[in-house]
Amino acid sequence: MTNAEKKTLAVTACKVRMGVIEGVHGAKAGHPGGSLSAADLFTYLYFKEMKVDPKNPRWADRDRFVLSKGHTAPGLYAALANRGFFPVEDLPTLRHIDSYLQGHPNMNTVPGIDMSTGSLGQGVSTAVGMALAAKTTGRDYRTYTLLGDGEIQEGQVWEAFMSAAHYKLDNLLVFIDNNGLQIDGEVAKVMSPYPIDEKMKAFGFNVININGHDFDEIEAACEAAKACKGKPTAVVMKTTKGKGVSYMENQAGWHGKAPNDEQYEIAMNELRAQLAEVEAK
Amino acid sequence: MAEVKKIATRESYGNALVELGKEHQDLVVLDADLAEATKTGIFQKAFPERHFDFGIAEANMMDAAAGMSTAGLVPFVSTFAMFAAGRAFEQVRNTLGYPHLNVKIGATHGGISVGEDGASHQCCEDFALMRTIPGMVVVSPSDDVEARAAVKAAYEHDGPVYLRFGRLAVPVINDVPGYRFELGKGVTLRDGKDITVIATGLMVAEALAAAETLAAEGIDVRVLNIHTIKPLDEELVLKAAKETGRIVTAEEHNVIGGLGEAVCSCLAENCPTPVRRIGVNDEFGHSGPAAALLKQFGLSAEHIAEVVREMVK
Repeated sequence: MTNAEKKTLAVTACKVRMGVIEGVHGAKAGHPGGSLSAADLFTYLYFKEMKVDPKNPRWADRDRFVLSKGHTAPGLYAALANRGFFPVEDLPTLRHIDSYLQGHPNMNTVPGIDMSTGSLGQGVSTAVGMALAAKTTGRDYRTYTLLGDGEIQEGQVWEAFMSAAHYKLDNLLVFIDNNGLQIDGEVAKVMSPYPIDEKMKAFGFNVININGHDFDEIEAACEAAKACKGKPTAVVMKTTKGKGVSYMENQAGWHGKAPNDEQYEIAMNELRAQLAEVEAK
Repeated sequence: MAEVKKIATRESYGNALVELGKEHQDLVVLDADLAEATKTGIFQKAFPERHFDFGIAEANMMDAAAGMSTAGLVPFVSTFAMFAAGRAFEQVRNTLGYPHLNVKIGATHGGISVGEDGASHQCCEDFALMRTIPGMVVVSPSDDVEARAAVKAAYEHDGPVYLRFGRLAVPVINDVPGYRFELGKGVTLRDGKDITVIATGLMVAEALAAAETLAAEGIDVRVLNIHTIKPLDEELVLKAAKETGRIVTAEEHNVIGGLGEAVCSCLAENCPTPVRRIGVNDEFGHSGPAAALLKQFGLSAEHIAEVVREMVK
């Protein structure tokens, strides 16, 4: 990746983070912490990696993305809006009674959403189905899915992992957003899923550990996944929950809470400063 | 009298899948280590590349089917009713029902006629569970002819469909000229003016047998076959209520939440009519031969006849 590309992605990621804050502030609810930890991945996928067409969201040969951790819809919406699937101005209508931007992704109301999700553990299974359908019908789209580290406490997730390896779904890329926190506190203390990488290896995955905020590492992982034949790839991303907003970083309390007006100003000012910084580079 | 031909509707399901699979390349079948019992094994033999065994992991299978449907395939996802409607309820509700995806659930081993496996495997709650999901079509065929027609209709319908099949071989009753199957349309199998028996699944044959017995006693029984529990053919039900004034429902399901309650809701709001519900009376089943269980739980022509006699007295 060139430096210019990296700069463009960094600029976009700032805008996606601002979209997250606009969304949850407008909703007076929602999930900023995990949206911000995954913001760099959303940005990379929709602005560099995936074959998508905002003018034709249901294009049959598009790459698919399933947000298995559906509560971080504000992050995905912000990426989709910035990519041109719908107006960025609509983000603050999140969760409003007359808005198409539901609290969790709805594939039938939001352009660009490939699967309705929200109930944890289910999205990854649908991604397995999408990847299996591509194999069955001889199509070459790729399927991407993102799970939370808390989400993998759901047993169904491991059923899905088992089936992905069983069906040799090398067209499936599973990301785990390992920000270390869930609603009740530290993932390791609530119910430890660790070591995630060793477990996924044992389940038959090609496993890559990366820093989920580094575009070079995300890119290298995506390329390594494409090169790996005969098994699915899992990318375990070390991330910071609330990344980009100082008072939200590494705070479980910001899992599912909206900033008030004052906190909104602080967050937006911080993100504007980060944007100015990356633009000046 | 010639021996009545008997076929289990799960067998009809497997055969119908093969017939449809020949015509439609987009039809795929998923199973959870029960292909022999659900009879999707028949399809597996014919089209191994379109049959996917997901192992003993129903939740994942259900949602994988949802994913496959978004890519244009038409998945028929199969396991026992207990696990399709019960264990995977939330998967069906959130990931098939909520997005209204084009997935067909072929649930076999419905009701207590599962027999010797006992209560853990005798699903008498599936109609209730599936009826509560907006947009879900709930079908309960009465015999081989109807089961095969239902599978075809489910394929042609755009949206989620729950099909309930049985383990026990049941008499073929719809092998008649001019038979037509339409989702959501009940069938008047026998006209009558004194009382109406509204039945579904294997209770339809029992209702017909009861009507025959009662005719000899001078009681004129109308018999409706409601193969589609949701959407209910309210027009046909209301017509019967108005014309016969008394209703008996009969189903191999808990009396709570199934056909009987669907009929009662319709009547209470539109045409209050005396109703007696025949079904499993809010209790669990147990092991035993299917025929003996059905008799013991009152799921028989004899019991229908008794209830009718009490009502018309």
